[in-house]
Amino acid sequence: MDIKEKRILLTLITSVMTFAFYIIYVYQNILKDNLDLLNDFKFWGKSFLILIPVAIVIQIVVHIGFAIYIKVTSDEEIDPIDDERDKLIELKAIKISHHIFIVGFALSMGSLAMDMRPWVMFVILLSSGFIASIVNEILRLYYYRKGI
Amino acid sequence: MYKILISNNIRRLRFFADEMTQQELADRTGVSRQTIVAIENGKYFPSLELAFLIAHTFQKPLEEVFTFEITEKEKSKK
Repeated sequence: MDIKEKRILLTLITSVMTFAFYIIYVYQNILKDNLDLLNDFKFWGKSFLILIPVAIVIQIVVHIGFAIYIKVTSDEEIDPIDDERDKLIELKAIKISHHIFIVGFALSMGSLAMDMRPWVMFVILLSSGFIASIVNEILRLYYYRKGI
Repeated sequence: MYKILISNNIRRLRFFADEMTQQELADRTGVSRQTIVAIENGKYFPSLELAFLIAHTFQKPLEEVFTFEITEKEKSKK
């Protein structure tokens, strides 16, 4: 497994763990005793706004730690150049993950159109964004290993 | 409908170029070593630009680096 594949795997694991811990944290500390908040737009707005920077900061910290670890333990190049193959893989993966998000977005709007509670729309939106990012990483890993 | 099978002689050409390493070829063509590995293993077909650069690195014509075979695809049964 080369450095790019390791990085993708790291991003994937970090994303899943960050999302899982965040959901558990929000449920345990905020939602557990007050499930009515699920229909509060302010709650969802805050949840989204906090999750995004938290996830970005965790990714940055983890990747800095990874770069230090690689520098110390091996002579692999930490930041190999992004060439045409990398760009093609990224484009293909992003294209498919965008389609997944668009389907999720349509479903979330559908839930509103069908008079479902607002929290259903937010859950679908959040889930589709998460699934799209996970699929993006898995596809990149797949294309790197199996070829394009 | 035709199907094109592309193969390459990069491994052999590297051998005859004083056993040029994949990293050296990568450096000369401006791509990563992983891309050279993928091309050699037939997991990635380079752009025309990169293909010409590889051929230029070995001072060989393109058709000596990359070869292709055209076969007719079977028509799908309805």
